Parts: sequence; C-alpha cells; structure tokens
Amino acid sequence: MSTTRIVVTGIGASSPIGGTAPESWSALLGGASGAHTLQHPWVEEYQLPVTFAAEAMVRPDTVLERPVAKRLDPASQLAMVAALEAWADAGSPDVEPERLGVDFATGIGGVWTLLDAWDTLREKGPRRVMPMTVPMLMPNAAAGNLSLHFNARAYARTVASACASSTESIVNAVEHIRAGYADIVIAGGTESAIHPITLAAFASMQALSKRNDTPETASRPGSIDRDGFVMGEGAGVLILESEEHAKARGAKIYASVVGGGVTADSYHITANDPEGRGASRAVRMALEMADASPDDVTHINAHATSTPVGDPNEYQALLNVFGDRVREIPVSATKASTGHLLGGTGALEAIFAVLAVRDRVAPPTINITEQDPEVPFRLSGQPQPLGAGDQLAISNSFGFGGHNAVAAFRSV
Amino acid sequence: MAFTNDEVLAGLAELITDETGIAAEEVALEKSFTDDLDIDSISMMTIVVNAEEKFGVTIPDDEVKNLKTVGDAVTYITSNQA
Repeated sequence: MSTTRIVVTGIGASSPIGGTAPESWSALLGGASGAHTLQHPWVEEYQLPVTFAAEAMVRPDTVLERPVAKRLDPASQLAMVAALEAWADAGSPDVEPERLGVDFATGIGGVWTLLDAWDTLREKGPRRVMPMTVPMLMPNAAAGNLSLHFNARAYARTVASACASSTESIVNAVEHIRAGYADIVIAGGTESAIHPITLAAFASMQALSKRNDTPETASRPGSIDRDGFVMGEGAGVLILESEEHAKARGAKIYASVVGGGVTADSYHITANDPEGRGASRAVRMALEMADASPDDVTHINAHATSTPVGDPNEYQALLNVFGDRVREIPVSATKASTGHLLGGTGALEAIFAVLAVRDRVAPPTINITEQDPEVPFRLSGQPQPLGAGDQLAISNSFGFGGHNAVAAFRSV
Repeated sequence: MAFTNDEVLAGLAELITDETGIAAEEVALEKSFTDDLDIDSISMMTIVVNAEEKFGVTIPDDEVKNLKTVGDAVTYITSNQA
C-alpha cells in the first residue's frame, strides 16, 4: 500500500446539539446536552419505559427542498444535510466523477420508512404502499443518494457494523484513497431511529438510561452512577482527500487522517470482550498505519456510551495499549452531550477529534457526578487544553456484533 | 360527490407539485408526464396512488401506461368516478 497522505478538507454535521458542524462543536465546548423529553404522542400511547432521547436539533426536512426530502428516509435526509455542508465547506471541489467516492454508514437503515409502510399496509392495504418504499428504506439509501447528488462514480459503499459503522466507513475511505481508487471520498454515517420500537427494544435489553426526570444529565460516561446510553439521532460527514489533490486545488486542511484499524471480537453478539483484545488490536493497527507509537497519542475520543459494563471494558482495552499513561491522556466522552447516534456516532466523534487536534483542546465530558474508579480516564467537565505541539488523536467506536473501529487524526 | 374537470386538474397539479416540485401552473392538460414534465416511473406511480385516494377512483396498473398527458389522467379520473 502506498503512503499517500489523506487529509480532511470539509466537515458537516446535523446533530442533537447543532444543525451544523461548527454549531455542534461550539455547543460541545460549552457543555451542552442534546437530550430532552420526547414530545411525541406515541411515548404515552405505548407507555414507553424511556421517555427521552437526543433528537437532531434541526429537522432535516425543514432544510431540504420538499421533493428531495420526500424521497429520502429521515436518516438519508440527515446524511444529505450534513454532506451538503461538508461539500460546501471543502470548497465544492472540482473532481472527476470517477475519482470521487462515497463511503457511508448506518446502523439500522430506513427504519421509519419500513415501519410507516407496514402501518399503511395494515390500515389501507397494499395499493397505498408507496413505490419509493424500498429505495427509501434500504440501508444503502444514503450512500446511493449521495453518489447521485454529488456525481460520485468511483464507488458508493455502505458499512453496517452497528455503532462502529461510521468509523469503519472513514477507515475504508482512507484505504480506498491510499489504494489509488479515488482522490476524494465523502465519508460518514447517519442514523434516525428514535422510534417506539427501538426505544422499547433497547430498553428491554437494559441498555438505555432510565433517568426520565432529568434527560439532560442522563448520559454520564465514566460517572459511577451511569445507567445506560441515551438514544441519539443525526449524521456526520467528512470530506477525505489525498493531500496531493487537496494541495493542488489550494484547499483548506483541518487535519490528516493518518491511521485506521478494524477488528472483530468473536466474543459475544452484544457484550464487549472484557479483556478488550479486539479493541486493543484496532488501536494498535491504527497507530501502526500512522507510523506512531502509543506515546505519541495526545487525545482520545472514547466510545464511552455510559453503559455500566462498556465504559470499563474500553478502559481495559486502552490500558492494554497505553499502559498507565492512559490516565494522563486527555479523554473526551462526547456522548455525554450528544447521546449515542449509533451508525452516525463515529463520524460525529471523528469530526470532534479533528477539531480537537486543530484547536488543541479536548472537549468537556459533562454529567460526571463522581468518576468511577473502574474508568479512571482523564475526563473533565471543562475543556482540556492539549498544548501547543503536534497532536495525534484517536477516535474509538465499537458495535453490537463485536465490531471495533479506530481512526487516528494528526494536526497539520 | 363528483369532481369537475377543473377540480381534478387542480388536485392533480397539487399532487405533482408535492411529488416533483414542478410549479402548479406548469401542469396543463396538454402536458406529457414524461416528455414535458420529466416525471419518472416511480413518481408517476406515486402520483397515481395518491390520486386514487384523493379522488376515490381505481386506476389499474395496465391503464397507467395509457395516461400520456395530464389531460388523459383528468379524463380517466372524471369518467371513472364512483
């Protein structure tokens, strides 16, 4: 594999704490929470055990033109909004269509479209099931629509590795550019699955926080009293580009993507390996690709979902790699603010890691009442300065199915 | 309750605008769905399904291919109302 350097030249996000990437970053630095009590009638109708979530702050169908929005599931709408922002941010690059790719992720796909169609079928019969149902619900809908919109013909791939998906998309994109198949890849992930079914199902497996009275403090990764994750919604997109291509067109460069690692646990369908072996290997792979040692890492955006068992498992995995120094590295567990965007989470956190190395600051982790001694990361409720020197950040994502994905970003 | 030709045309224009973004005033009887309005087969079926509900008619799949123009659709709907 060649040593082509890959850089980030555009970012876009539609998240629970902001309608754009800069708004989300600024809200994160300010300690915002995107979680709130859900106002939908179905919360009461089905007596859901969890009555809150972190919905996207701006409904994407209020941003997109109606004929565009109408043909997209909300997950793809969010992807489109974030991609339009990222593409414009990158300066709407002039690139040969055959050299432009899409690598996009979702955990669940068009769950709203599928379940709405099921309701229509039962209430009104098969004739009323809309012809666009299948192209809207398919998991590759976002990738396909982005390819169509941006005229991307190098490839358009979809990754589905649950909550690791969009970090895996970023790693795929890096490998694709390095292999010489594309100059630019629109990479990221999306999720819009705050639905009574998913809330009921995640609650049934005891994965969700039940702090119905105080939603904004419910997601508290690393805190001793954490009781589960908070469902989030949104999308993140990064424009990844070979450095040569970016420099030739005089593009603004946020950071470089220097490494990626993807592994599988083969341990349990939902639980992490308590010894963190697969996750450790993914971190080591990312550092090896970056030609870096664990000592070079200056910031970690942890997966840290706020579940009782997940957070200490991640600590163990990082302890394997970094040794005791892991307690000195400024860590951010940004799901405290954003909730868990499932298939969109890795891309949003990658954007935060990119901005952290650019601005040389680790964003705060809110809601820690007392830090769990089993999760002794260096977390802070305030932004942590990273110092003036070169920065190397990793962003971790782990998913049901035993998927581990890690991306590494270096300051420029 | 029977719809007049004008009401069906106005109703169809609304459905077409909603589906495609084409301005309602562009939707006229002589316009071809494919050649003039650039409506693809999926949008056409979406409009048909919505028109069936709006006007309380049934438009069999075999009939859809005969609806070349907006006028064809207006005529079919007004003459097949329950």
